[in-house]
Amino acid sequence: MGHSAPRYAVLDGLGDAVALTLGDRLLATRFAQGEYCFTVRRDAVAEALDLLRDRHDYQQLMEIAGVDYPDRAERFEVVYCLLSLTRNHRIRVACTTDEDTPVPTVTNIWPVAGWLEREVYDMYGVIFAGNPDLRRILTDYGFRGHPFRKDFPLTGYSEMRYSEEQGRVIYEPVKLAQDFRNFDFTSPWEGADYVLPGDEKSLGGPPHADIPKTTEKQSDTGAGKGANKEAAKTSPEAPAEKPADKSPDNKEGKP
Amino acid sequence: MTAEAFHDDLGGVLVEQDLTAGDLEIQNYTINFGPQHPAAHGVLRMVMELDGEIVERIDCHVGLLHRGTEKLIEYKTYLQALPYFDRLDYCSPLAMEYSYVLAIEKLLNLEVPLRAQYLRVLFAELTRICNHMLNLGAHVMDVGAMTPNLWLFEIREDCLNFFERASGARMHSAWFRPGGVHQDVPLKLLTDLADWLDTFPKLFEDAMSLVVDNRIFKQRNVDIAIVSKDDAVRWGFSGPMIRGSGIPWDLRKSQPYDVYDRMEFDVPVGTRGDCYDRFMVRVEEVRQSARIMRQCLNEMPEGPIASADRKVVPPKRAEMKQSMEALIHHFKLYTEGFHVPAGEVYVATESPKGEFGVYLVADGTNKPYRCKIRPTAFSHLQAMDFMSRGHMLSDATAILGAIDVVFGECDR
Repeated sequence: MGHSAPRYAVLDGLGDAVALTLGDRLLATRFAQGEYCFTVRRDAVAEALDLLRDRHDYQQLMEIAGVDYPDRAERFEVVYCLLSLTRNHRIRVACTTDEDTPVPTVTNIWPVAGWLEREVYDMYGVIFAGNPDLRRILTDYGFRGHPFRKDFPLTGYSEMRYSEEQGRVIYEPVKLAQDFRNFDFTSPWEGADYVLPGDEKSLGGPPHADIPKTTEKQSDTGAGKGANKEAAKTSPEAPAEKPADKSPDNKEGKP
Repeated sequence: MTAEAFHDDLGGVLVEQDLTAGDLEIQNYTINFGPQHPAAHGVLRMVMELDGEIVERIDCHVGLLHRGTEKLIEYKTYLQALPYFDRLDYCSPLAMEYSYVLAIEKLLNLEVPLRAQYLRVLFAELTRICNHMLNLGAHVMDVGAMTPNLWLFEIREDCLNFFERASGARMHSAWFRPGGVHQDVPLKLLTDLADWLDTFPKLFEDAMSLVVDNRIFKQRNVDIAIVSKDDAVRWGFSGPMIRGSGIPWDLRKSQPYDVYDRMEFDVPVGTRGDCYDRFMVRVEEVRQSARIMRQCLNEMPEGPIASADRKVVPPKRAEMKQSMEALIHHFKLYTEGFHVPAGEVYVATESPKGEFGVYLVADGTNKPYRCKIRPTAFSHLQAMDFMSRGHMLSDATAILGAIDVVFGECDR
């Protein structure tokens, strides 16, 4: 026995059947945790979803999720979560894109895609070609930028407050009262991908100082007669030395 | 000016313009419904185009409560992200946590002890009752009845007291945890729940008897916003909305999680797909939830309430006083948190409002790489435009009440 997450139908050979239906539109099939994910060509995503709805009975589009992988050549992944009410099954269909390349819309297949595509556009800046109403949806009126991109800071760029002087709400650049704190709790023994303080030498990194410190003469050591003489000097403002108390009990100045 | 002169003057004007019905061109006008409107159930701004009192078009402006929850979750460990889910649909907090903990458990392939599964089902159903008390009451108040809402709030208050006794918090419980639940419940709480399940139906049925056959209530809801089966599927409906349209689809039945497959309950469906059907589906769901809760109380076994996997679930405090190992585990879990193996899952549960899904992408670290939340209200509210078209302005409140939106969840 394993997890107790929702259990739906297990369809044998679904991967092959879908591959047959989609033909060269399909780029990759992943099967993990009991869930299928089909990656399709971007220009064919609408056709692929239409085929899956008509031939494989995935009647409902439940969700369109954007994911940002900044390291990839095409950084955004658009994931469509489909549900079949009759076969009691879920699959995901994914395609990749970048900032400028539009993805064909699926609003003509499922009207519900309208808002879902607007949300991905708002959050990631993915453009959906053919969506009749591609406005921002969740962010503020007049917002700039796409906040769920990985390179958008968590704190954002502008903040809003009510100004007593001007008698209205005003926008200002974000001022943080303290630096943004992002603690790294990962164990240094496993998973730290930076050089730990003190480990630089062992990795062949540069030593801390450019000129190595040597002690070839006695004066280099900072000890000896000359140094003692220097140390014995007192500055003229220093208070006269008091005789030290002998008994430890007398610290508070008792007679 | 004398009265006669005024009359002459007025007569002159009337003769000059000589308007009769039909000559005057009436333009459609646009009004704002919300964002500060008691029937908007939160911060919803609807720009309505009206032809007289008939709704021609509705443009919903959502996002006024957008807090960037999904972005915040990416910066928190898996456990720290959990309380954000309470704050999504704040009317049914435990149902929100449910999808999230199940998604984590699926990625970890973590087994949950039987008692924990029963406790989660028990409290998820209590959450459903709690949610429906608010929605049914608000719906009848939106269409003009005051009393049932006050009565139903009394039941809701009882529910919140039970949440408080289980978790310490009335609303933001953070009680479901990956691997089980946070704390066991005392036996007295379970017996009190059993007593309450015998007493609350009387008040509930009393309140319902005031509205379900009430002539005014029916006039305001029957045949309002009829949604066909096809439309319900195309617009991504789920929960009471899709069942109201006559499709017997319930994730607790068709895709059971935890011990729902052991429960006996019926799935109510509507016949006409109007607001009245959606209301009545919820009324029946309350009765079925009470039935599930009774079964949970009867069958619940003794035993642990969370997985014994110490790499995910922290040890008990008493254990920490004795065992060095337990102390280390506790420290590591509450600083670094647990690591979830790389992978992605979409897990959806039947929340009181419909399908609440979590698409979780893990990259093997202690923080989620991406956590997409599938809110129920997003697809339902989008259908507001076609559902309201051709209805009166006053029907918009009934339609909105039957959708059951909460903006914490819709806007995230």
